[in-house]
Amino acid sequence: MKIVVLLKQTFDTEEKIEIENGSIAEDGVKFVINPYDEYAVEEAVKLRDEHGGSVTLLSVGPDRTSEALRTALAMGADDAVLISDERIPDDEYAVSKVLHAYLAKETPDLILGGNFSVDRGSGQVAIRLAGLLGIAHAGSITKLTISGNKAEVHRDAEGDLEVLEVQLPAIFTAQQGLNEPRYPSLPGIMKAKKKPFQTLSLDDLGLSEDDIRPATKQSDLSLPPERSAGRILKGEPAEVAHELVTLLRTESKVI
Amino acid sequence: MSKTILVYAETRDGKLRQVALETLGAARLIAGDGDSIRILVAGSNITEAVSALKPYGGEIIYTVEHDDLEHYNPDAYMAAIEAVLGVAKPDAVLFGHTAIGRDLAPLVAASMDAGQISDVTAIENNSGEAVFTRPLYAGKAFEKRVFVNGPWVVTVRPNNIPAAEAVEGVDTSIEDVAFPAPSLRSVIKDVVRKTTGKIDLSEAKIVVSGGRGVKSAEGFKPLEELAELLGGAVGASRGACDAGYCDYALQIGQTGKVVTPEIYIACGISGAIQHLAGMSQSRVIIAINKDPEAPIFKVADYGIVGDLFDIVPLLTQEFRKVLVS
Repeated sequence: MKIVVLLKQTFDTEEKIEIENGSIAEDGVKFVINPYDEYAVEEAVKLRDEHGGSVTLLSVGPDRTSEALRTALAMGADDAVLISDERIPDDEYAVSKVLHAYLAKETPDLILGGNFSVDRGSGQVAIRLAGLLGIAHAGSITKLTISGNKAEVHRDAEGDLEVLEVQLPAIFTAQQGLNEPRYPSLPGIMKAKKKPFQTLSLDDLGLSEDDIRPATKQSDLSLPPERSAGRILKGEPAEVAHELVTLLRTESKVI
Repeated sequence: MSKTILVYAETRDGKLRQVALETLGAARLIAGDGDSIRILVAGSNITEAVSALKPYGGEIIYTVEHDDLEHYNPDAYMAAIEAVLGVAKPDAVLFGHTAIGRDLAPLVAASMDAGQISDVTAIENNSGEAVFTRPLYAGKAFEKRVFVNGPWVVTVRPNNIPAAEAVEGVDTSIEDVAFPAPSLRSVIKDVVRKTTGKIDLSEAKIVVSGGRGVKSAEGFKPLEELAELLGGAVGASRGACDAGYCDYALQIGQTGKVVTPEIYIACGISGAIQHLAGMSQSRVIIAINKDPEAPIFKVADYGIVGDLFDIVPLLTQEFRKVLVS
């Protein structure tokens, strides 16, 4: 079984966000595999161990993305492809076209990705690819079993659980609860250094800037107004409970 | 040039969802003079939802009704939408950023070769140009975004865009569109309803959330009672989910859901930066925690230092008194 994992490198969720000269500052920031993509990597490696085949990591991003890809190779993926080109705009419409150009030639049986990325959080790219490739998909899955050319998945739909049978090839996006991602082992890290790692440009994919013109662009970037600490209510539990409900009526007027 | 804006009006169990009216509200913010707003309702039993929608106007309500649309299925719903796209030929399609909207919108965008702006929390009309505000890093930052090329696909976050108001004397026509009954590449085997009768977390006006301080699955009981009384939903921190006290579906934070209710009550949650990202845009934040140094108090409008198991039941009592009178 040929499995491709869509992977994005993101800020560690511990990071605070600062804006410098109109963009988000990256100095000293710790980067990680997008947490949802980490579930996808783990699931792909488990499925490959069970059914045979290969796991290819696929990413669009700057050169620093190679660190995240090496980590995922150390978790057990077989090879990595990084599409890195400054001409690729920061727009999901364009990014999915770039990924599509690569995937259309590869015909994987299974594509796994994260439910969304914790940075831009738009959750578009994987599902757009299902549309562009003309294959089935299920988003936000918490269980995946493959038998023959079918997959049985559990999907989280706003707290309800759907059990689906999906024809392969298909794209699934990982939700929390799918698995517990492994930590890369030391031998895994050593092996990862020797695994095939390909870096591609737009030209390698036969794309020009015109093919991937963005459909949307950022016009402003800001930090939310900081919340200041309010007041601590003091007294016996029964008193503070009464005071709080009174304040919600008279001061905040929310009830 | 006048635009046609198509609003996907989401239903649940045959009933119109609040987010449908908010999506229609978003369409009105985008629309200029002469633009046409149309609405799409798809499902297996949509009579009630369509009558509920009628007072809100829109030039045409397109209805697609078929048994295959009883449960959400991307192939079936895409076929329904594409049938409507064929007759409506919209320049923009709007969805709620819900489980269904998040799943359908990118498919529609790919099919229309359109850009998409997701999870929009505010819309301004700058002399004819629609400017969309949306969160980055779950709300640690916000960006404004515009379309540079048409067509447009937009998803709007529940609870943020003002719902459309009813319009007097509207003349909305209803057009049935035939369902093309596609072959389905995925089949629903089972739906386990865990949320029947409950309010969806992302749409709830009041969220009562528990963290590690809740100590067990059983410990969520007092929180559930308070949420039920207030007509709200129960959420959780990652700590509570990782400890197995509750389902990951309840998790609020940078991983998990982002919520923006009127009242957020954090019980036994310390307030890690990832959790704060997911709730700090709530209107009023209440924190209950034993540890006076917990970071959650730094963002809370009202803080109570104490044991949630003492405080929460007393709060429920107090709210009950107020709500009854």
